[in-house]
Amino acid sequence: MTATGTFTVKSGLAEMLKGGVIMDVTNAEQAKIAEEAGAVAVMALERVPADIRAQGGVARMSAPEKIVEIMETVTIPVMAKARIGHFVEAQILEALGVDYVDESEVLTPADEAYHINKWDFEIPFVCGARNLGEALRRIGEGAAMIRTKGEAGTGNVVEAVRHARAVLGEIRRLQNMPPEEWMSYAKEIGAPYALVKMVAEAGRLPVVNFAAGGIATPADAAMMMQLGLDGVFVGSGIFKSGNPAVRAKAIVQAVTHYDEPKILAEVSKNLGEAMVGINIDEIPPEQLLAQRGW
Amino acid sequence: MMQDTIGVLALQGAFREHIKSLQRIGIATRKVRLPADLIGLGGLIIPGGESTAIGKLARLYGLLAPLQRLAHSGFPMWGTCAGLILLADRVTHRASDQPLIGGLDIFVSRNYFGRQVNSFETELSVPALAPFSANGEAAFHAVFIRAPAVMSVASGVEVLARLDSAPSGKGVIVAVRQKALLATAFHPELTDDTRFHRYFANLVAAAEQRVDAEIVAAAA
Repeated sequence: MTATGTFTVKSGLAEMLKGGVIMDVTNAEQAKIAEEAGAVAVMALERVPADIRAQGGVARMSAPEKIVEIMETVTIPVMAKARIGHFVEAQILEALGVDYVDESEVLTPADEAYHINKWDFEIPFVCGARNLGEALRRIGEGAAMIRTKGEAGTGNVVEAVRHARAVLGEIRRLQNMPPEEWMSYAKEIGAPYALVKMVAEAGRLPVVNFAAGGIATPADAAMMMQLGLDGVFVGSGIFKSGNPAVRAKAIVQAVTHYDEPKILAEVSKNLGEAMVGINIDEIPPEQLLAQRGW
Repeated sequence: MMQDTIGVLALQGAFREHIKSLQRIGIATRKVRLPADLIGLGGLIIPGGESTAIGKLARLYGLLAPLQRLAHSGFPMWGTCAGLILLADRVTHRASDQPLIGGLDIFVSRNYFGRQVNSFETELSVPALAPFSANGEAAFHAVFIRAPAVMSVASGVEVLARLDSAPSGKGVIVAVRQKALLATAFHPELTDDTRFHRYFANLVAAAEQRVDAEIVAAAA
């Protein structure tokens, strides 16, 4: 009669995070700053994406003791990243009791053909997507939450906008298709037919859809909300900026009051230096993180 | 008499689902993000979400004081999950500096059931919902997500539901009502079942209260 790990319970936690900001943190001290700023969850990782990009090397799941320390420090949900396809990292994160696993392209993929079978787990997963097909493949594998990939660690919102517009635009196109076109469309975008049908009928993804990858300012965050996303992940944008506590709080307010330009103007004042941004066309194509995922 | 509008606190969390449930039963709704949004409302729902984030945002935009005042003046409010925590007078494992609205004379354990891996769905018996069921049934399918529970209640607080499978054996309290304040540790808005929304709409109709501009201004 009582059931744990159901899809309702998994996607339900994502529903509770809507309209909120999830912040990347590498230690307990940063997690505390995030919680005090009003973050709805924190994402534990060993290095923020900007550092992964700068330092190179293989990026892996965070050390368990770091994750436990963060879990013991804050009362909000704690998420942690596992490498694409690395189901054992995910098993370890489940054993630690983290609240959500991000199977993330920001870390170095462990499998270049397959993602984790997320149905095997009691804890929920969030995955990145650049378009509707990718989002529905991940949901088909059991993801209970989707985020845009954007281009992490750049402080440049352009890719997150591209991916959000792609997913939302494809949903609108699909809604206008007669049912006889759904199967061919499913084939075209490489998505399970049952999920294509579900999206066509509901006019939205069956799970919560957050923005991620390059969000650095309150304006960036509010723009993603106005485009129609459910909430925002901020990675390097906070702890690579001049004044993390102030910027974190401003981004939280911008996500709540995303359609009030006067409030946005107010919260955008006196934030100190934003993280230094990187233009996407200056990044060698093989170093783009968003292309990881199959 | 014109039908009451029920507000949904829309600072963060699952407010869209509550709005949908209210619309499904034909109730006018409004999102509440700033104090002025409260004016004219006959009742307010505080949705699930992160109680720390909701509390901080409420305080920052001057909503906390009017909500505290309303909660103590017989104005109908319903908190689900995070909302139950916010409406409680006493809370354990409260994050430092976490603002509360209060009003319900109950003692709440935050994240009583543990982390997400312990979140669950189950069947409850809620006799108070029987009048809203076609067959007079009290069974209710409840979704608990990192849920709190009520450890104790003062006299004058009606216990609407207990979870029998709780480790204590006696059953832990998961739904209460004190006058026009309603609180549930679980999420009726995540299901298609609108009986709790109809139960709350009845409390709102019976209270015959409207938030006037004075209350909002005085509290600010």
